[in-house]
Formats: sequence, structure tokens, C-alpha cells
Amino acid sequence: MIIELGAFALILALVFSVLQTGLSAVGGARRSAVLAGAGRGAALATFLCVAVTFAALVHAFVTSDFSVANVAANSHTAKPMLFKVAGAWGSHEGSMLLWCLVLTGYGAAMAVFGASLPPRLRAYAVAVQGALGIMFLAYTVFASNPMIRLVDPPVEGRSLNPLLQDWALAVHPPFLFAGYVGFSVVYSLAMGALIEGRVDAAWARWVRPWTLAAWSLLTIGITLGAFWAYYELGWGGWWVWDPVENASFMPWLIGAALLHSAIVLEKRGALPGWTVFLGLAAFTFSMLGAFLVRSGVLTSVHAFAVDPTRGVLLLMMMGVAAGAGFLLFALRAPSLNSGGLFAPVSRESAIVLNNIVLSTATATVLLGTLYPLIREAIDGEAVSVGPPFFNLTFTPVMLLALAILPAGPLLAWKRGDAGAVMRRLWVALAAAAVLGLVTYGLIVPRKALASAGVALGFWLIGGALAELAERVKLLRVPLAQTWRRATGLPRGAWGTTLAHAGMGVFVLGASFETAWRVEQAQALSLGQSFRLGAYSLTLQDVGTVEGPNYLAERGKVAIVDQAGRLVCAARPERRFYPTGGQTTSEVHICPKGLDDLYIVLGERRAGEGGKPAWLVRAYVNPWVRLIFLGPLLMALGGAISLSDRRIRLGVGRRASETAA
Amino acid sequence: MRGASLGALRAFALTLTAVVCMAAASEPSERLPDPAQEARARTLFREVRCLVCQNESIDDSQAELAGDLRQIVRKEIAQGRTDAEVRAFLVARYGEFVLLKPPFSVGNAALWLAPAGLLLAGGGLLVALLRRRSAAGSAETAEVDALSAEEEARLAVLLAGDGHDCAEKGSQEDPPA
Repeated sequence: MIIELGAFALILALVFSVLQTGLSAVGGARRSAVLAGAGRGAALATFLCVAVTFAALVHAFVTSDFSVANVAANSHTAKPMLFKVAGAWGSHEGSMLLWCLVLTGYGAAMAVFGASLPPRLRAYAVAVQGALGIMFLAYTVFASNPMIRLVDPPVEGRSLNPLLQDWALAVHPPFLFAGYVGFSVVYSLAMGALIEGRVDAAWARWVRPWTLAAWSLLTIGITLGAFWAYYELGWGGWWVWDPVENASFMPWLIGAALLHSAIVLEKRGALPGWTVFLGLAAFTFSMLGAFLVRSGVLTSVHAFAVDPTRGVLLLMMMGVAAGAGFLLFALRAPSLNSGGLFAPVSRESAIVLNNIVLSTATATVLLGTLYPLIREAIDGEAVSVGPPFFNLTFTPVMLLALAILPAGPLLAWKRGDAGAVMRRLWVALAAAAVLGLVTYGLIVPRKALASAGVALGFWLIGGALAELAERVKLLRVPLAQTWRRATGLPRGAWGTTLAHAGMGVFVLGASFETAWRVEQAQALSLGQSFRLGAYSLTLQDVGTVEGPNYLAERGKVAIVDQAGRLVCAARPERRFYPTGGQTTSEVHICPKGLDDLYIVLGERRAGEGGKPAWLVRAYVNPWVRLIFLGPLLMALGGAISLSDRRIRLGVGRRASETAA
Repeated sequence: MRGASLGALRAFALTLTAVVCMAAASEPSERLPDPAQEARARTLFREVRCLVCQNESIDDSQAELAGDLRQIVRKEIAQGRTDAEVRAFLVARYGEFVLLKPPFSVGNAALWLAPAGLLLAGGGLLVALLRRRSAAGSAETAEVDALSAEEEARLAVLLAGDGHDCAEKGSQEDPPA
């Protein structure tokens, strides 16, 4: 019954989204507050209906209602509760429903919280958001309905892929989608502005909070995914430039470019056309991601709920949205006024440079990801484009942007003084160079490139701190005054500092981890040991344990340092899930400061003298924690900027307008 | 209804193919005795695709074919072949598809040159933009620069009166001087 209610609510949502689009569009065109208000009401109703559907699906998963096809295919009674709930978005159908929930949720948010927007822009944006809703809801209802019942329900479900039964992966899709789909608001606002024919500083100010929110959430989503790959897949890596990873990374890069260009538009009125273009591009890349991940046109190690026939539909939806957006852009762009003059050395120039690099980086990832398809279409040749390509092209391009990053926030708008900026940054630059040289001198094996990466990381962190010191006039005025200045700083400034420093933290971690990772693997019988860098590992015991839905062999591995002290008693597991017949590794990770000791228990085999032995793989991953900490700092920076008074300006503006 | 559930099951079955256990190349029984050669082999593994897998290098994959390829690479290296010779051997045998780093060739020129080309094009656009701007605005800029302190204050009042909170923001947002 609840499922039927959910299925009905989903169809009702589709109807409401049609109303949302129609009422809002007419309301905008005729400047009718009543119709626009009705459109907003429909937006809210659409969201509530999708929420009912989603709740019904979650309920079916929680109660293990295997008469629902989706539950039967993705759940199991013995699965822990968290993964039963997460199973609701663990399939193609469920994940598209989550997508719709987030999409209509943002539409409702725009309807409820968008009071500071000019009425026409708001009405058009709600209409466009509704149109996106129509497409995705129609797709969910007609091609990917998760509420379909089975005629003869099975007694037990087929369970969720055990690799996906993990807390990080359970919460990874909601964050990722909140980010991906958050760019739909930017798309709708861009479309609204283009329909109205007005893209100005005020528009940029309305776009920024949505971009910040979407980008920060996407950052968290991607980081969770990388973290999951790191500790769950058991090979110690966190990023392999797989098409699915690239699909999530491209909107992130474009979102980062948009964040910066919107600042130029807001403060200086420059780059309106470019900023709108990025706004359209960000959501286009989100939809491209949805298509790439689910269509199976590219082979991916993370292949997720692949279905080529439905992939075509997703491609068509992307074509419609992107086609409409860029057509309108082409029609309106020539009439957009680009105000704001600036000198070659200025903050505007620095941000334009940042945008050029980020766009080039995005195009590089896009080309590398799609190149196998392109070559195949042109001359039928099958080629592969893998990590070595991206490391050789994307990385140098990005390093260029990072090298100039610390100077950007210190440059004045309009016309900056390069000499003055260098006077403020030389301490950070010198410190970074020294630390890079120390790294090169001290750490064996010597690696010049990685040491340069370490210097770059410190340069980014030092540069961010130097900018903060400058803002609070550290050491140049009495400390009390510095403190006053620090507490009076706009939160946006703290956000910038934190995000830029977070980038540096990430670069430090990535440089260290890729260059100086130590790996060792050996088959060990009980009591045998091997050396791993400065540590010694001994396999002491292997026992069997029974989990809620798996059987496992659990090893006991003692790790001692050179002084013979016990550093870590690792309990890596090798799990067998009888439902699907899969085996997975449960890695044991011992954090040692910023490093990780990473222990994997492999399969049992015959060892010396017929005694059983187990393959034990172990890594020392130096500074690996920074790889995940850095992006979290970036997301936190975004969140702090989002709480800036100037961004929450809606209330103040409205009050002044009513007073006037 | 049947069709839909079958579709769901098929999708599920496909996700299963993604179940992998990685870092297979560290398998001790496969290793070369010479650590330098073994290190070279490991570097090469990361550039070679496991042909039957879902986008994995033979360094990661546990598939049987990946094991065979690792054996081939190790054997070639043990026989004293250079990295380039090993790559050429693999390409002759399996086609370009086997290399995760596509070789620089006519067919791949667009791929390899695009990043640098785009960067240069972007840089060129920026230069053109700055030139046009400075040409169009040199007169204007001179005027703006000539604003007196009194005029600045009046401008701030005007802007504040416009409903935008630029004046207040301006005071906080001024770049550190």
C-alpha cells in the first residue's frame, strides 16, 4: 500500500512540475505575482511528492519488502540497517529518484528562500528548474521506476554488492548528488538571467551562495568516494582517473572556476558572459556525469547500474538541457555588457588566469575521458587513455594555477602592484623553498619532483596565511588591534584562506603519498614476519568470525618499530558474503600521525612445509591523511564563506526595499 | 513489470563485475629476483591495461590475463629489453589498446597537444582582452584615477543610496594596502 502511495506521489510530482514550469513561466512573462506565487507553490508540492515517494522506497528497504523489484534486487534481510537504508540509492532506479529528490528540493528551496531575488528572475528560474524536474521525473516514472512490484516476490533479496556496504559509500551518493544537482540552480538562474537579458553584479551575488553550497557538497562527496576507494578496495590508492571519477571531477573544476569568476562579476561587473557560460556548463557536466556513469559507453572500474538503453535517454535529456542553454546563450551573449576595466596585473587578471587554467584542465579531463570514443568513431582504432596521460597533462596545467594562487588574493582590484605583493609573500616563498630543499635532502629515496610538490604545498599554505596576516596587520599593529581586525574580518575572507590552505594541505599529502609510499607483500605462516620500511610485521594468528551477513577470516598482525615497541595490533579481515558469493578485504589501517600503516589480509595458500600461509600486503602511506583533510578544509572554507553576512544579504535587502 | 525487474537484475549483475581486489602485482611468487628490474616492471605494469578488465592496469588486476601479461613483461625485462621495446612488443601483440598512456602519433596528436593548445589560446584571449580594454579605457582610467577624496566620498554615498551596499562593503573589501 505504501509503495502504491509512493508510485502515485511520483506521478503527482510530475504533474506538479509541469504546473510549476507553466505557472512560473507565464507569471514571469506577464509579471503576475499571483501566477508566480502559484508556480512557487507547485515547486514546493513537487518536492513534497517526491519526498513521499522517496520515504516510501526507504520504508520498503527498511522493512525488506521483496515484492518491490528494486528491493529484491538490492537488499537482504540480514543486511545491517544503515545499508538497508543506503540500498534505496544503491541502484540505478533508486539513485535517479535521489537525484529527483535533490533537484526538486533545490527548486523548493529557491521558491521558499529566494525572496531576495528580483521577482521576474525568480519566476523564470523556478520555471526552468521545473522544466528540469519534468525531464528527470518523466524519466523516473516511465523508464526507471523504482516502485514496480514483482508478480511473484522472492523470499529473500539479492543483497547489495558488499563493497558498497560501507558507511562512507552509504553517505557518498547523497553528498555527491547534492553537489551535482546543486548546479541545477545555477543553471536555472543563468537561464532566467538570459531570458530576462540581464546579467549583472547583483545576479552574480545571487548565484554565488548556490555555487558555494553545491561546490562544497560536491567536494565532500568526491572526498568520501576517494576515501572509500582508499580503505575499502584494499589497494591503497585513492584516485585512478577512471571515467566515473573524472565524471564527478569535471563539474567540480567548472564549479571552482565559476566561484571565482562570479566574484569578479559581483565586485567589478566584468565577465558576465563568461560567468553565465560557466553556470550553464557546470550543470551540463553534472548531467554528462550521470550519463557516463550509467550508460556504460566507457568501461569503468566503478561501473554503476549500467544500462545502455536508458543511457540514451539520459544523453537526450542532457542534449535538450545543454542545447537550450547554449542556444539561448549564443542568442543573448552579444548583448551582454561587459563592464569593468582592469590592468594586466590585477586581481581580475589573476582570476581570469585561474579560469583559463581550470577550463583547460576540465577540457583536458573531458578529452582524455572521451578520447577512446572519439578515436573509435573516427578511424575505428581502440585506444586507452589512463592515469599516465592525466598525470602528464592535467597535473602540470594545474600546478601552473597553484603556483600563482597565493598572489591572487593579495592583488588589488583593477590595478595591482606585483612588487608590493612579492614583498608580502617572500617569507612564505622562502620558507616553502627551504622546506622543499630539506625534503629533497632528508628523505630517501631522493625525489626532485615530489620535493617540488612539497614546496608548492607549503607555498600555498604559507601564501594563505600571509594573506590572512596582511588582513589583520599581524605584527605591524598592537596584538589587541590585530585581534579586533581578525574578529571583524568578513567570514568570506576566512573561507578563502581556509580553502586555499586546504588546497596546499592536499598537495602536500598527494606529493608525499605518491612519492614515498612503501609497499611490501609476502605469504606468511603463523609466527612468520617481514620488514616494512622501519617496521616489522608478524602474523600472529588467523581466526574465523561470523558477521551479520558474512563469514570472515580475521588475522592478527603485530607491528613493531625498530625499538621493538608494539605500534599496532592490526586485525585485517577477508570476508565472504554467501548471498552473492563475493569475497572482500577489510583493510586494517593504523594511523601514525599523518601516516597510515595499511594492512591487507590475502587468501590462504600452502606455505613452507605444508603449513597454511596467508598473503599479507602492507603499506606505509606517508601523510596520506592530508589527502583527505585538504579537501575537507576546502569544503569547510566554502561553508564558512556561505555563512558570510554579505551572502545572507536577502533579509537586509528586503527590509531596505520595503522601507524605501 | 517483468521486463523492468529483469532490467534491474541485469543492472545488478553488471555492478558485480566491478567487484575487484586490487594490487595483484605485489604477489610474491611472481617477482623478479633483481629489485631494480622488478621496480622497472612495476612501473611498466601501471602503463599496461588489463585487456579483459573494467579499466584496470595489470598492476592492479587479479584477472588471469593480467597475470599472463605481467609474466610477459617480467620475462622481457629479465631478458634485457628496454621499456620502449617491451611496449612495442605489447602493442604488436595486442594493439594500441593495451597501453594506458597512448603513444604520441598522428592519431593521438589532438589528444596530446590539446591541453597546451588550449592554455595558449586562453592566454592569447586574455592578452587580447587586456589590450582591447586598455585601448578602450585609457581615457576613462585616467579620469577615474583623478577622483579626489571628496569625490570618492560622494561616490560612496551615491552607491549606498542605490540600494546596493557597496559603500559598506567597499570599506571591508579594499585590498590590503
